[in-house]
Amino acid sequence: MTDALIGQRVPKLDAPSKAAGKTIYGHDVRLPSMLHGRILYSRYAHAKIIRMDTSRAEKLRGVKCVLTPKDNPPHRFGYGKDNKPFKDIARSLRDEIAGVVATDADIAEEALSLIEVDYELLPNIFSPREALSEGALLIHPEHKSNLFQRYNYSHGDLAQGESESAVVVEEKFLLPYVSHVCMETSVVVAQFDHRDHLTLWSTTQIPFLLQRDLSEALGIPGSNVRIIQTAVGGAFGRGLDIYPYEPIAALMSRKTGQPVRVAFSREEEFLAGPARQPAEVTVRAGAKADGTLTFRDASCMLDIGAYVSWGTVTPLVMMETTASLYQVPHARFTADCVYTNNLITGAMRGYGNPQSTFFIETLMDRLAEALKMDPVNFRIMNANVPNSETPQGLVITSCGLKECLEAVAASADSARMNVYPERSRRNEGGRLVLSEVEGMTVTANIKPSPFNLQPPHIKRGIGFASTLNVGGGARIYRSDGCGATVKVDDFGHVTLVTGSTEIGQGSETALAQIVAQTLGVKIENITVLNSDTDIKPWDVGVHASRTTFIAGNAAYLAAVDARNQIFETAAQLLGVGVDQLSASAGQVTVRDEAGKSISLEQVARRRHFKEGGKVILGEGWYDPPTQLVDKDTYKGNISAAYGFGAQMAEVEVDIETGKVRVLRLACANDVGHAINPMAVEGQIEGGAQMGLGYALTEELIVKDGKVLNPDLLDYRLFTSADMPIIETRIIETDDPGGPFGAKGVGEMGGTPTAAAIANAIYDAVGVRMTQLPMTPERVLAALDEKEKRARV
Amino acid sequence: MKTLITLNINGDAREIYIDARRSLLDILRDELALMGAHRGCDSGDCGACTVIVNGQPVTSCMMLAADWNGAEILTVEGMAKDGQLHPIQRALVEKGGIQCGFCTPGFVMNIKALLDENPKPTEAEARAWLAGNLCRCTGYAKIIEAVMSVAEESA
Repeated sequence: MTDALIGQRVPKLDAPSKAAGKTIYGHDVRLPSMLHGRILYSRYAHAKIIRMDTSRAEKLRGVKCVLTPKDNPPHRFGYGKDNKPFKDIARSLRDEIAGVVATDADIAEEALSLIEVDYELLPNIFSPREALSEGALLIHPEHKSNLFQRYNYSHGDLAQGESESAVVVEEKFLLPYVSHVCMETSVVVAQFDHRDHLTLWSTTQIPFLLQRDLSEALGIPGSNVRIIQTAVGGAFGRGLDIYPYEPIAALMSRKTGQPVRVAFSREEEFLAGPARQPAEVTVRAGAKADGTLTFRDASCMLDIGAYVSWGTVTPLVMMETTASLYQVPHARFTADCVYTNNLITGAMRGYGNPQSTFFIETLMDRLAEALKMDPVNFRIMNANVPNSETPQGLVITSCGLKECLEAVAASADSARMNVYPERSRRNEGGRLVLSEVEGMTVTANIKPSPFNLQPPHIKRGIGFASTLNVGGGARIYRSDGCGATVKVDDFGHVTLVTGSTEIGQGSETALAQIVAQTLGVKIENITVLNSDTDIKPWDVGVHASRTTFIAGNAAYLAAVDARNQIFETAAQLLGVGVDQLSASAGQVTVRDEAGKSISLEQVARRRHFKEGGKVILGEGWYDPPTQLVDKDTYKGNISAAYGFGAQMAEVEVDIETGKVRVLRLACANDVGHAINPMAVEGQIEGGAQMGLGYALTEELIVKDGKVLNPDLLDYRLFTSADMPIIETRIIETDDPGGPFGAKGVGEMGGTPTAAAIANAIYDAVGVRMTQLPMTPERVLAALDEKEKRARV
Repeated sequence: MKTLITLNINGDAREIYIDARRSLLDILRDELALMGAHRGCDSGDCGACTVIVNGQPVTSCMMLAADWNGAEILTVEGMAKDGQLHPIQRALVEKGGIQCGFCTPGFVMNIKALLDENPKPTEAEARAWLAGNLCRCTGYAKIIEAVMSVAEESA
């Protein structure tokens, strides 16, 4: 079989419609007689609602109804079964306490201000430590403790690891709240029909789990819930949970008998949407004099806010980085997930990995420094290797970590020419310029000016970090499966119906490439349907960089099934054996007999249109050979493949202002085999934008449970003008379990970025940044501290 | 209070009674069903609602429609000609500059404004011009690549 489509830079199938402004997003859904719902949030972070008077709101012209906690179904919902649509006790400032439905959103908004509420204030708990202190008020009394969950993992023998260490380093880290900042804010349209069936137009990432969640929240059968996914204006983990506004919209529709739209404002998105958990982390790590790692010990305290989400499972990933990024003989990881009266938190791209990679890779750098070893060589000598199993039970099949590190080291050589012209590592053979680094795609060309032109207050440095991420699914639910069907119609056109979801990342196109390749048809002859739970087969959701691997395998299996049916009929029609046939260019051809062929269209028609005829309909279900981690030891092979990556950051630090400017970020990623290199680069470049923000600019500033910067001016994303040169290098290792050798890449672009930048800052000015984001104020404070210590 | 205004949108004169409080974005999306301009923030920070008014790129969420009686307005829906995407749109598709695509119409319009003003921008000029258009998916690399390729082709 030729590789005509696999590995091609195929433009996204949905891109022309998006470029033309014709794509229908959640915000664009308009239904006849549609009403608008708005939500009233609590005025206090912790308070009992003792009286609510909605009569003035109800009398406002255009208001259809007002909903309050009295309208709640009796059931709780959410990952921790601790949530209800409307609260009679508010546990955070984002708690929904009432809702208004009106003919337009402005009237609904005005009506909110007419609802009178009397609160009885309860003590606030804004710090996890306070929440865990003796006698602290219980945020959810039925839970009996503010500690929702404690993770406690270990392998090997820490004491032995410590005793074998020539160097031991320890550091405390503080990690901030950050937000997904999807360009499209949260939105839903809900409609109950005459059968009391609910249809939800949604931007969720988990349509089938949401179907179940909604059935639980509303007390209706799951079979009565249909989720239609609109085009999604960004997801990044935001859509991994049920949120109260979804059952609220459903309740609003049921009460009014009309479709109801609930759309968040940008401010509401920041205040009431989920954030990445802030954490306090203490880490120790050691190594032998020869550079071999001995142990790691990390303990984390996560503020999960007032309600539990799937984001509470992120310590599983932090644990994976701690225990299994590089070969670590002895490791311990503990994490406490604690209820507070702060913001709700959730899953966000990387799912714990940007946090853990920051602290682990910062300590790797400190170990290399303590051992006086080259930071790249130190990492390579401890790197994970192919066909190995980590003590945690991760079965590593393909692994290109060493190659990723070598690739960014080659890029660093040219950076070093700028940073340390006098001690470039590998420049003996002459100057190595960027464009000569084999296979490196340079995606910007704002070249840093030469070192010797820099003023003395600007210091340059380079830093490295690696990443390990699941790349073959992640079994955090009892099934990690995906279903697919492939139909070939009587025009020879192919329709793939997949359980997985397009959230902008390009899965639709990658899956179409896999099916087109398998059936020997052009990409133009494929239609992908992936947005309706009434049509598509089950899938656990689009998360954990799993779609290319899992949905790709399912689509491949369905396409092979369809191809077998095509060959069965074609063999009869051509009078040859099935094993003599191959499919290409829309034809089934007989190998070794030139000119003997039949078109797909003819095969389909001849198969359909006869007595006892059959359709060509292939099916595929793929659930990877992985395990749920053991509930006590947390060990097990959670993914069928693991992706690896490394980044090199080149930075400038202004020692007068503390401002850090990233000049260049070289990113190398082992993706197995790139089905679509352009899409892979897009994932890495976009991931880098988030990683850069996490490192340097993004932080929800939260005081007393309130977000102080709920807008895009004060919550700073990297703009096109802020971005450094991003160099991407795809390392191909051809995973044995992946479709055409592919592994996932969706999250790795941003996971090592903060660590690479922090290490580069140290290289530049000799301060270890342990709190994110590394703002000018914090860098300046660290420089002052260093100077003070030097004077003492 | 309603005011009667005429907006010349993508070459068509659209006469419409509008509520004086409404932004141009409200009118485009809710009254004229031109949904290509997107509401990402409603405060002029994200650029997703960018359209071109009398030759200038503007964030339509920040403009009162009533102030623009008689204005010439170009939206993303007016970019394709004879069913063919505009070269800017085509470049964004082909270079991979579109992922979720929510920011794309704003970028299309602001790139048009850039190239109208400066047909041969340097990369740094393009990046600075587009700094008011936020994208959360692409890291901007392929968007900038698309801009540079269109500038190159128009040589």
